[in-house]
Amino acid sequence: MGAGHGHVLYRDSDSPVHRLPPEVKIVAMVVFTVAVVATPREAFWAFGAYALLVAAVAALARVGPRWLLSRALIELPFVLFAVALPFLGAGERVDVLGLRLSEDGLHGAWNILAKGTLGVLASLLLAATTTTRDLIVGLDRLHCPQVLTQIATFMLRYLDVLVGEARRMRVARISRGDDPRFLWQLRGFAAGIGALFLRAFERGERVYLAMLSRGYTGRMPAVWQGDGAATAGQWLVAATVPVVAASIAATAVVLT
Amino acid sequence: METLAMHISNGIIDGPVAAVFAALALAALTVCVLRGRRDLDDRLAPMAGLVAAFIFAVQMLNFPIFTAGVSGHLLGGALAAMLVGPWVGALCVAVVLVVQALIFGDGGVAMLGLNITNMALLGTAAAYLLIALLVRVLPRTRAGLAVTAFVSALVSVVVASQGFVLQYWLGGTTDLGGNLAGLAGTMAGVHLLIGIGEGLITATTVLTVAKVRPDLVYALRGLRPTSAPAVPVVGGVR
Repeated sequence: MGAGHGHVLYRDSDSPVHRLPPEVKIVAMVVFTVAVVATPREAFWAFGAYALLVAAVAALARVGPRWLLSRALIELPFVLFAVALPFLGAGERVDVLGLRLSEDGLHGAWNILAKGTLGVLASLLLAATTTTRDLIVGLDRLHCPQVLTQIATFMLRYLDVLVGEARRMRVARISRGDDPRFLWQLRGFAAGIGALFLRAFERGERVYLAMLSRGYTGRMPAVWQGDGAATAGQWLVAATVPVVAASIAATAVVLT
Repeated sequence: METLAMHISNGIIDGPVAAVFAALALAALTVCVLRGRRDLDDRLAPMAGLVAAFIFAVQMLNFPIFTAGVSGHLLGGALAAMLVGPWVGALCVAVVLVVQALIFGDGGVAMLGLNITNMALLGTAAAYLLIALLVRVLPRTRAGLAVTAFVSALVSVVVASQGFVLQYWLGGTTDLGGNLAGLAGTMAGVHLLIGIGEGLITATTVLTVAKVRPDLVYALRGLRPTSAPAVPVVGGVR
């Protein structure tokens, strides 16, 4: 968690990738990720091919490499974990630059680095080309249970409101002389979180009452679904990426 | 500290184990939806949505640990269990994790089942079992409530981290041999420190809410009559 959640990752543009219906993009991204994870780690060439695939989609979506790579830094803690593996791993040792490292650990580090990075890049491409609202519509069309999509919708709708409230409370606290520097001075911060919860919960009650008065009976109206589900042609176009990825994975499994 | 509390990314645990945990998480979330409806009936969607937004927002607020250089943030699982109960709490944390994986690339999509199991299910379950026990055992005072919140938050963070160790033991992509115990120890140690911060903030937050609206604290339901008059709350009606 942490870094990057505050940014809105969506990059407004009008590329072929942006125009694809969201459910198609979600399925493509998930299948791609699963194919990457299923690839044997010794098949180094396969990961190069995946990287080319990601680069091609990024170019098509007009997302620059700088933007992608800087956002991918969210992965950093696991890179550190990966770096530790060659020292911790069991089994045969090999000499690399004068260090006795575990061969299995080196493979494991490569595995985490390659698969983790490709996964993050795929998620980032989805986020960059799909608005959050479209994403929910896509999940709904994929028959994700409606209670989950509803919760996610309310969450995304009110997230900025709550973050804004939290920021205002922080500014108010600091402008009145509060300057927490250490863990044991957290009273003001925690009291603010308590107030934020009360505001959030009571806002939820008001939203619910407003929905009731507009005829809510536990299901969302049809407008909710958005318009125009994906056509067969769009499915075919978007299927190219996961199909290529799956065949790379299959070849890698056969070869190793 | 903040950077250590991140979600499992792709490639750390192998595919079959991830798939098993995904199925487990799906089944458990179905139960959470059913029980959550019992707590909130058709208020479930808006209320859980706002609580999920609250958890998400809280995770974005950094607090200083030692001066400005090192900062951490709340994970919020135990806080959610305390305030809205285990079912809605786990559901909200799970939705936050799904959105973080899909929109923010935080935690691998293929590893979603593992992350949900650790943070939404194990963490919340451990917290709530402790809450249910401690609320009955400890004196019903503010101090008792604070201790309950502190201990359950601390334990939930450590239990969630040990969930990762268990999964790594089952399907880690690199054999650590005898170092698995070392991994368990390191994870427990780091998360003990995180858990202390988590516990302090959870306790203070719960006390704040309990002072103003004790009827909203799920852990206190059925224990005391909601005698305290509803005090007008900051923010008011908007």
